[in-house]
This record gives sequence, C-alpha cells and structure tokens, in this order.
Amino acid sequence: MGRYVARRLLQMIPVFIGSTLLIFLMVNVMGDPIAGLCGERACDPATAAQLKREFGLDKPLWQQYLTYMGNVFTGDFGTAFNGQPVTELMATAFPVTIRLTIVAILFEIVVGVTLGVLTGMRRGRPVDTGVLLSTLVVISVPTFVTGLLLQLLLGIKWQWISPSVRYGSFDELIVPGLVLASVSLAYVTRLTRTSIAENKRADYVRTAIAKGLPRRRVVVRHLLRNSLIPVVTFIGADIGALMGGAIVTERIFNIHGVGFQLYQGILRQNTQTVVGFVTVLVLVFLVANLLVDLLYAVLDPRIRYA
Amino acid sequence: MRGIAHARWAAGVIAAGLLATGCGDSGGFGGAGVLTSSWGDPQNPLEPANTNEVQGGKVLDMIFRGLKKYDPRTGKAQNWLAASIDTGDSRNFTIKVKDGWTFSNGEKVTARSFVDAWNYGASLRNNQKNAYFFAYIDGYDKVHPDSGTQTADTLSGLRVTGPDTFTVRLNQKFSSFPDTLGYAAFAPLPRAFFTDHAAWLKKPVGNGPYRIESYTRGSAMNLRKWAGYPGPDKAQNAGVTLLVYTDSNTAYTDVLAGNLDLVDDVPSTQLKNVETDLNGRYINTPAGILQTLAFPYYDPKWDTPGATKVRTGLSMAINRRQITETIFRGTRTPATDWTSPVLGAAGGYKPGLCGHACDYDPAQAKKLIQEGGGIPGGQLKITYNADTGSHKQWVDAVCNSINNTLGNDKACVGNPVGTFADFRNQIGQHKMTGPFRAGWQMDYPLIQNFLQPLYYTGASSNDGKWSNSRFDRLVDRANAETGQAAAVRLFQQAEEVVRDNMAAIPLWYQNGSAGYASRLSHVALNPFSVPVYNEIRVG
Repeated sequence: MGRYVARRLLQMIPVFIGSTLLIFLMVNVMGDPIAGLCGERACDPATAAQLKREFGLDKPLWQQYLTYMGNVFTGDFGTAFNGQPVTELMATAFPVTIRLTIVAILFEIVVGVTLGVLTGMRRGRPVDTGVLLSTLVVISVPTFVTGLLLQLLLGIKWQWISPSVRYGSFDELIVPGLVLASVSLAYVTRLTRTSIAENKRADYVRTAIAKGLPRRRVVVRHLLRNSLIPVVTFIGADIGALMGGAIVTERIFNIHGVGFQLYQGILRQNTQTVVGFVTVLVLVFLVANLLVDLLYAVLDPRIRYA
Repeated sequence: MRGIAHARWAAGVIAAGLLATGCGDSGGFGGAGVLTSSWGDPQNPLEPANTNEVQGGKVLDMIFRGLKKYDPRTGKAQNWLAASIDTGDSRNFTIKVKDGWTFSNGEKVTARSFVDAWNYGASLRNNQKNAYFFAYIDGYDKVHPDSGTQTADTLSGLRVTGPDTFTVRLNQKFSSFPDTLGYAAFAPLPRAFFTDHAAWLKKPVGNGPYRIESYTRGSAMNLRKWAGYPGPDKAQNAGVTLLVYTDSNTAYTDVLAGNLDLVDDVPSTQLKNVETDLNGRYINTPAGILQTLAFPYYDPKWDTPGATKVRTGLSMAINRRQITETIFRGTRTPATDWTSPVLGAAGGYKPGLCGHACDYDPAQAKKLIQEGGGIPGGQLKITYNADTGSHKQWVDAVCNSINNTLGNDKACVGNPVGTFADFRNQIGQHKMTGPFRAGWQMDYPLIQNFLQPLYYTGASSNDGKWSNSRFDRLVDRANAETGQAAAVRLFQQAEEVVRDNMAAIPLWYQNGSAGYASRLSHVALNPFSVPVYNEIRVG
C-alpha cells in the first residue's frame, strides 16, 4: 500500500509539470495582457514597457515559465494586476469554494445515493419511474437555468433565502450547492440505481438473505457497499470538476470563489491568477483521484495494492 | 468496515461545522443610515493617477476632492480646493490653495500635497496609467520619456512658491487646463502615501466627504461619513458600503429582494421590466460617453477620398433610432455630433452638427457607397470585444441595417474578439482591417476631451491613426484661445473637419442607469455615470 501511494505520488510530478506548462502556454497565446489595463485607450508605450519589465513579460516564454515554477516551489504565486498577491486571492477564494463543494458533494451522496437505493430496490415501480423521469429533466436543463429559476423563486418570489451570497458561510451555500450538485446528483442516482439493481440478484446477496440477516443489514452492508464502486469513482472525479467548474453557479449567486477568480482572471488576461488557480486545481484533481483509488480497497477487500 | 465508521465520523464533523459557521459569520454591513451599493473589483491599485475605470473612480470620488469639482448636474468645473487659478498667457498658471482643508488623518492640504502627488503621477517608475494627464506640464518628457530611463524625478514646470501657492508652467498653450483639474488624477495626496505606501494602499486616506473604515480587497469596502470634512458637500448619509458583485444581474436581483440599496449598472436584459420591477425607482440620465465606429487609417484602403464617401454612406445606412429603442430601450440616444449632451451648449455640445450624414437615408447611403467604390475589401467586418456589455447585439443590428440598405446579406458581419484585453491588443498592433468599436468616456467635461485625444495626429487614443493638418491647426488655435466661447467655436470647426471626413461614425450617446431601494431618496448620477453618493439620503 505504502509503495503504491509513493509510486502514484511520483507519477503526479510529470502530470503536474505538463499541465502547468500547457496552461501557461495557453494563457500566453491569448496575447499581451498589458493592453487591457488602460481602459479604452492604449497604454502609453513607456508605462507599458515598464509594466512588462516588472511582470517579467519581456523575457522569452521558457524563461518566464522557469521563473514562475521556481517561485511556485517557494510558495510565491506572483502578483495579480491590482497589486494583490495571488496567494492572498487563493486564501479568500478556496475556502468558499471548498465549502460550496462540500455542500454539493453532501447533496450528491445523501440525496443521490438514497434515491439510487430506493429506485434500485423498487425497479419498475412508480417511484422508480418518477425519479428516473425527474433526473432526466435535471440532466437536460442547463445549470444556469436551474440557478436563475431557484434564485428568482426562492429569493424574490417567496423570500425564503437571500438571492446572493455575502459571507460564503454554509447556510448561505445550501441552495447554490444544490444547484451546483443537481446534474451530478442525477447521475449519481442513476449510477447507484443500476448498480444496485444488478447486484440485487447476485449470489452473495442471496446467501446473506438465506443466512437470515435482517433486510437492512443485507442492503447497507452487502448490497450497497459492493454497488458503490462506480459511484465513488464518479464522485471522486467530480470533486475536481465541481471546484473548477463552478463558474456559472458562482456568478449567479455572487460567490467570490475559485470560479469567479478564474473568470475574472481570464477576462483581464491575468496570467498569474489563472495559472496559479489552475495549478492548485490540478493538484486537487490528482489527489482526489488517488483517494478514489485507495477507497476501492476499502469498499472491496478483494482489491489489493502493492 | 473501518471505512464506513470513518465516513460517519466525517459527516458528524461537517454537520458541526455547518452549525458553527451558520450563526457565527454575520458581521453587519449597512446599518442605520448606511447604504449598500454594488461594486466591481477595481482593476488597478487605488491610486488617483492609476485609476482609469469607473469602479475605482467611484471610491476616489468619495474620498478625494481636488482643486476643481465638476457640478454633478451641469458638469461645470467649479473651484473647490482652489482659491484661485490665474494666468496671463494660458501657459503659466498660479494656483492658490484654500486654507482650512485637511486630510481625514488631520494633515493639512497644502500646495506641496498637490505638487508631490502630480510628480508621483507623472514619474515613469511609478507605473501610473494616467501619467499622460501630466503631459502638458513642462518637463514631462524628462520624467516620462517615450523610451529609455527617466532623467528627472520631478516636473520642472511645477514649483511650490509658498505654503499655499504653486505655479504650473505648461509646454504649450492650453487655456482650458484649469478645467481639467477636477479629474481624479490631479487629487492631492497626504505624506502617508509616500512614507508608507503599502499601508496607504490597504486603506487609502484622502480629503473627501468620506473616509475608508475598512477595505477587504475583492469583496467589500466600508466608507463612513467623515465628520470633520470642511467642504460644503458634506455626506447626507452615515456611510456607504460598496459590495463587489460577480455579475450585475445578481446585484439587480439583490435590489429586488431588498438586500442591496443601489445598483448603478442595470443589466440590459432587465431594461424592459425595470420600471415596473422597481416601481419607478430607476434613473436613466445622460453620461459623458459616446460610442463610435473607428476606422484603421493605417490601412491604405481606408485612407482614400472614395473611402470617405463610403464611410459617410455607412453612417447614413445605420438606423440609429431603431437600434437605440429596441436594443437599448432608451438608455442610448442617437448621436448627431462627436461630443456629448452633458457638455451643454456652452460647453460645445451642438446637436445636429453631423447634419444629414447621421440621418438614416438608405437610398442616399447606397448611392454614396457605390460612388465611393463600394466597401473596401468587399466585406465590412466590425470588430468588437464579446466579453462585456451587449456589443454583439448592437453590432449585429448595425450590420443588419447596413445589409438591408445594400440589399446584400453578406455586406457586413461582426468580428468578435474573446476578451477586452485581446481586443485592445489587436488595435494596438494595428491589426484592424475594417471598422472597430470605439467607446469614449470623457475624463473631464470639455469638448477638447472629446476631440483632441481621439483625432489629433499621434494622440494617445487615436487608435485609427487618423491625421488631418487642418484639424490639428484648429485644435492648436482653440487651445491657445483664452475665452471659452471662442475656444469652443474653434473646437466645433475642428469637429466639422471630423464630420467632412467622417473620421469616425458617431453611433449614440450613452446614458448612465441606476436602480435603488425604497429607503433611499435624492439618488442621482453625475456626468461620469457615478452615483452622487454624498447627496443620497437614507430612510
């Protein structure tokens, strides 16, 4: 197990370098970031040249990348154009997004898996058809529609919630989390349902029932545990996607998280912000994937890592 | 088995966290007499000479007062901190600062506060994006050379002659120079700005009716009324809290839900229902913004006598009235000159100066374009940035209008550029092959500001590199003129040169818009489309 983890960690290094280099190149292809700094007019050439020198943009690209990576390993992610260190932006943005992701994942696990078990056990019954139909609706409606609709109904029409997030605390993030989770939630439901329905007929379930185990125990310990492997894979991969892909949800609900910083960084062609945030997201993705693989062993004792 | 036990434990921790943060985190924004207002994260550090967009400008407008102030209604420049600004030759100015003004930290505002601030703003090493505002002052080429390093630290044209007086020597005659001094870049700065710059940036200190109580970068700024403010325009409310919004739609929704008091940029998608949504608590007033289509004169195809006819024809092919009514719902007005209504007749606004060239006349338009040899390159590509505003909508509408006129579906197409930065970049590198979106927001309410930076040979915002010696001569003469009326007449003659060559097609004057909650009154926007915060009353 220890050797397996070590090998996986080592594998992360090339992935990390490759992905950051790609992002660095892509952001640079967008063009000269200084041009957008002076509003509707051109920056005067002297100031533009000076700014370029200060941000190191006058150096060749490979040198910029090396300097950047060197700084990253000492914990310096550079400075955004408004003079704020990127690490400071991260310190404010990531906690909010992590809270939002936790809420979303909780929804996926609690609601998604419960619905999945419910429908999987009652395949073909009205409950099953009803849930299947509603997941189809959720999957086909884009997130921004769900978001704006819930904001309008709950925030303005019925005044149950505040339509925007101000402090980024958990209670404010419940509805945005639900919106963010909605599509994945539907997938989790369907995945769990199929998996449960398939395993219900498996020999080990029949054995467990024949042993005289209580139904609850059969479902939770034997059936569910074995059926969760594809679901865990999906949720694990989803963590990274939720953290980076919350741009739409964060804009609708005024959440000053990672998605918003990325969006603003791209609009302003702020290389340092974009590369910094994406670098951290890449790390999150890699770690989440590793954890998923390790979880397999917990769920299915037949899987061994060496 | 172990795994499941762990999961249970984790869920418990998360639930506890939910409860703990749920009630802990709500420190109060707003409060008695304090209004909340929508904001965007300022793009640059909040230094007066480094702020060139409206979000940072909002703050500067609250915490700084300069030698002059523009009347929020008429736009007229009035002496504010200046006791007098005298000149005999439109080139050497003697400025006397009023006694009794201080910064909110108690420091006196003196002649030095201005001279130090201006020297800082002009100096190349400080990277101030508004440095070119000081370009008229003698010695600018030494502290801010176009290339190479600066050879002086201070502007030789600025001299402190007493505690309250200083002199300014310009490198050319510029009669309306005193009227430019209301611009934020000319604000005075306290010593703390220079001695502890980092701390000042974290919490700027100025001399305006508000002081900054707290500032959380990227999310909120709490401004409170400064009780010791010596000026006549004291704040009529206890303070303003600026809240950064990710999207103007969200801010608007928050006003509807009663969570926010003021949104100063009503999203275009909401314009059709704003009157009923807010029960009339919506203002829509002219701002000093003109939208035009500029042309690349570095492309020889556009720099011919025939192309002039084509441009005039294109101008006549655009149905401005229909576009402003259907797309902008009256928040834009068809332009009939190259300035803005906020200048007023005395300031140089002359409706109808464009004449028939700005009227919608498809028959004449088609004729002119054909006479001029048709559209250069066969197809008109209007370049714009697609990331903000509703540029796509109006560009498509303009093209539609032109296509209908010419009876050709492919005569005009929009050419979107992904981001504003890239758009500016391509303009800067002279990559335009056809007309491009050009918006001009005035820096100060003078006709000079609508003409010289945009059409003078080699001027800072002459993106199309238009050049006309007659126009340049008229502007020079206007700047040397001492009387305002005579100067305005000359500027208008220069504007007629712009018209006769159709250097840029004027599209429409832009309004500022704002919506507000029922607990506010006396809400207004100044000609810079910034809310006049100090006059707003709460409750």
